[in-house]
Amino acid sequence: MTVEVDCRGQVCPLPVIALAKAFRDLEVGETVSLLADDVAAAVDVPAWCRMKGQELVGTEPVVGGGTRFVVRRTA
Amino acid sequence: MTSGAYLDAASSEPLHPAAREALLAALDQGYADPRRLHRAGRSARLLLDNARAVVAEALDVRPDEVSFTASGTAAVHLGLLGLHRGAREGRIAHTAVEHSAVLHAAQWAGGAAELPVDRFGRVEVAPPPRGTSVLAVQAANHEVGTLQPVAELAAVADGVPLFTDACASAGRLPLPDGWSAAAASAHKWGGPAGVGVLLVRKGARWRHPFPVDERIDERAPGFENVPAALAAAAALQAVVADRDEVDARQRRLIERVRRAVALIPDVDVVGDPVDRLPHLVTFSCLYLDGESLVTELDRLGFGVASGSACTASTLTPSHVLAAMGALTHGNVRLSLTRDTSEADVDGFLAVLPALVERLRAEVAHR
Repeated sequence: MTVEVDCRGQVCPLPVIALAKAFRDLEVGETVSLLADDVAAAVDVPAWCRMKGQELVGTEPVVGGGTRFVVRRTA
Repeated sequence: MTSGAYLDAASSEPLHPAAREALLAALDQGYADPRRLHRAGRSARLLLDNARAVVAEALDVRPDEVSFTASGTAAVHLGLLGLHRGAREGRIAHTAVEHSAVLHAAQWAGGAAELPVDRFGRVEVAPPPRGTSVLAVQAANHEVGTLQPVAELAAVADGVPLFTDACASAGRLPLPDGWSAAAASAHKWGGPAGVGVLLVRKGARWRHPFPVDERIDERAPGFENVPAALAAAAALQAVVADRDEVDARQRRLIERVRRAVALIPDVDVVGDPVDRLPHLVTFSCLYLDGESLVTELDRLGFGVASGSACTASTLTPSHVLAAMGALTHGNVRLSLTRDTSEADVDGFLAVLPALVERLRAEVAHR
């Protein structure tokens, strides 16, 4: 299962807060698809994954602006 | 609440008493044009030469390698661009974590190759990219404190000159070996603002990148600020004399901060824990914005800096933290002045955990 969270238009640290909230209801192995266009997200989402021991599966540009971050719950 | 402390020496150290004394005396004696041959001019010249000699001795360089500039930024521009011009061809290369003064100068000169850093913010020791005119490597990082391998890079630079921005470390640590030009800033060691120091090694291929001026020192355009240069020299001399004692005390206090802050949940303490500036530590708190942290700490009496986007005029996060892959939001940089006491640091550590917890609770209910 993948949960989509759209944080476009929000500035740091809001996208990372939204990512953490979405993770609360996630089972191990499930993923969150986070959409964000704040410049800090490109650094802060990978940093959050490192600090919380979760996996950044991949990133891709979103049509119309922003980036999609796919993050999997590993623990 | 009466506790609190100014903990932002890395932005600007309070004026050293030795600098104040020299400044006040020199304001009355050093007003004249040091190029003139009359008595007042000779007096100003004597003070300027004295300032140059004192700075040279404190930094362990030759007096004719020292120029006083109008700021650290001006010294960076002159040093880097002068070596670039002296090289005649090629492109500047710099680490990804240089001060913005270096980045802007490189951009002005037509762009640059950027060298990546590791998670501590340290650049790898490797020969510069092919076609490099100058390699810009700071002595120590101004945001996270990590020391750079300047001498090691010089050893493998294959004739490419190094420019070293030593603004964050000058006075606190001896200059590294291996640079052809370097820059320092007096207000970061307790001198007055408005005094930079440009160092150009004797024999370096340095050519003036800007219009020359017919002053005492051909490298530094404009009328010399003799009283401020003398005050900067007096502060530097005093700071270097006390360096070992202050260094040991500050290292202990910063180590204490690093340990204590790491115990707060979801905090990223960044920069090299050992090979670093003695007086500075940077950490980032998940889910918080730097502006709230800085504002609330100020309310509690503590003055700190932040590299978070919301505290920057550009609304982009610190390029230093980004290059290291460190969390950029909720960032705090704490840097000790020469007078910061154990009680000041303990006071900060006493209020921080509860503040982080309170701000996180507010964020959760937003």
